[in-house]
Amino acid sequence: MTTPRGSLRPRPSTLLKRKKTRIDDLGGRSLTADALVRLRRNPVAIVGAVIIGLFVLISIFAPLIAPHDAGAVFPELQRTLRPDSIPGSMPGFPLGSDQNGRDFFSRLILASRQTLIVGVLATLIGLVFGVVIGALAGAFGGWVDTVLMRVTDVLLSIPSLLLAISIAALAARPSQTTVIIAVALVNVPIFARLLRGAMLAQRDSDHVLAATSLGVKRSAIVVRHMLPNALGPVIVQATLTLATSILDAAALSFLGLGDGDPARAEWGLMLANAQAYLDVRPALAFYPAVAIILVALGFTLLGEAMREAIDPKGRR
Amino acid sequence: MSPLLEVEDLKVAFTRRGEPDSVAVDGVGFDVQPGEIVGLVGESGCGKSVTSLAIMRLLPERGNRVTGSIRMDGDDLLALSDSAMRERRGKDLSMIFQDPLSSLNPVISVGLQVTEVLTRHRGMKKDAARREAADLLDRVGIPDPRRRLDSYPHQLSGGMRQRALIAIALACTPRLLIADEPTTALDVTIQAQILDLLKQLVAETGTALVMITHDLGVVAGLCDRVNVLYGGRIVERAERHELFRTPRHPYTHGLLGSIPRLDGPPGEELAAIRGSVNDNLPWTDACAFAPRCPRKLDACTAGTPPVTENGRLLRCINPVEAS
Repeated sequence: MTTPRGSLRPRPSTLLKRKKTRIDDLGGRSLTADALVRLRRNPVAIVGAVIIGLFVLISIFAPLIAPHDAGAVFPELQRTLRPDSIPGSMPGFPLGSDQNGRDFFSRLILASRQTLIVGVLATLIGLVFGVVIGALAGAFGGWVDTVLMRVTDVLLSIPSLLLAISIAALAARPSQTTVIIAVALVNVPIFARLLRGAMLAQRDSDHVLAATSLGVKRSAIVVRHMLPNALGPVIVQATLTLATSILDAAALSFLGLGDGDPARAEWGLMLANAQAYLDVRPALAFYPAVAIILVALGFTLLGEAMREAIDPKGRR
Repeated sequence: MSPLLEVEDLKVAFTRRGEPDSVAVDGVGFDVQPGEIVGLVGESGCGKSVTSLAIMRLLPERGNRVTGSIRMDGDDLLALSDSAMRERRGKDLSMIFQDPLSSLNPVISVGLQVTEVLTRHRGMKKDAARREAADLLDRVGIPDPRRRLDSYPHQLSGGMRQRALIAIALACTPRLLIADEPTTALDVTIQAQILDLLKQLVAETGTALVMITHDLGVVAGLCDRVNVLYGGRIVERAERHELFRTPRHPYTHGLLGSIPRLDGPPGEELAAIRGSVNDNLPWTDACAFAPRCPRKLDACTAGTPPVTENGRLLRCINPVEAS
């Protein structure tokens, strides 16, 4: 009981401060803001966000980080290539040569751009079309719903990679665009189905009934009262889909349905080409594989954390 | 004075292919005078909420059949087009629901939900609507209304939310307000405040109120006239004081008798109405209350009891005598 006086209670100034923030809290913190606060407290989200942040930074500044061009062949590297050895690290080439005498490190860094572009675009395109289809089906119901959802069912019934391969193979010459389109099309039914379910739940909700009882127009009910409430799970899914899109795109490249331009590097293709040299220099396969896994893991971690943040009570 | 709302022979049946219709409301008729407060009382499943949803035309589009007529100012609401009905909702007649939290949109601010109605029905511009919304929140007793406009529903207490909903429902001064158990989700002290507020507001604006409740205490403090529903039909209708002084229908009598009294002897067994509501309504060839009725006669199961109407409506062949 030798506690000095006054230490039991916070000083008046801190008390005042605390009270002030409490009052400020009342003045409008949306559910989204609440979710963000929860997200910031979750270590899983932090790890995911750091991985993604690094990945995005690297891909944006890739031309500055990479010492050489992705397509440039260096005679000094080529000269050292033997059927049974590919040189490792040497001055000017931090990770040494690839199987064709190009700078492996530069290719690894520059490939992050392709991955980011393909992943983000494929997810965005899939998201936009999926949201439109899902919102229409969920808002209108009836035959609109039936038609849209049966088409969605058909797309969902085909394994995603098989579907992506079929679409990519339709193109006369595989390119980055065909990869994006193929992966986007795989994503469309996933978003459509998810949003439609959420919209249906909203349609039966009390607040939509209350809005209807106030004579709010149908369009306003869909756009203002149903859609924003239904988007939560879709946003979470988008983060997770970024991971699968990156994996799908890498798989397409690996199978030779990707960007054939040798001047551009791509992790999936690097992995495929490294196969033949697995016993000579495993690092050629190891680094691209690790890069793909890390990026996909980052998006998955963040997505799972977002799912928790948006719905803190449920599912575990 | 001609009535504001006239419900005649309203029947609501829920239909399902391959199954017999399930009748929820079976020939309900009542009227509401301008500015009057009318109670619809009954236990769960008696059809009171379905009646209110039918008046607002908020029942699902499919899976039910509504017949009869619901006249407001002489227009049959059931015959209006969807868009005409949408014009009226919120403007001529509006509704407050049971659960104030789930009745508010969680992702948009309270202010936006109030101004939405004002811009929709009163054609107000954004700034004017915001000022009016703050005014409305002030009138329903929400402190610091300007600030509350930017609050989200989950930041308000239950009582505040119901106040906000009342403000929204009364934003366009409708002539008819339907309140479906507006105080059930609130605790007792808040209940009294909300009821007082409703009473005061409808008196100020001249809005007629249809109060739907299972709580006779709410009725006693609020309603001018009371309709008692059982099994989808009105079994008794009377002025509030008459009903409480001399309940004639055995069901009403039982309801009033089953309110526990604080001054009763301790240890006394609480009075209750035996049995529970039957889903299938045997009104066609008997009184639906007969299986639970302490005053049942053989004649009760011999046919539908006729309605007698002298001063008050009563559907019973062996009513409790007025003492």
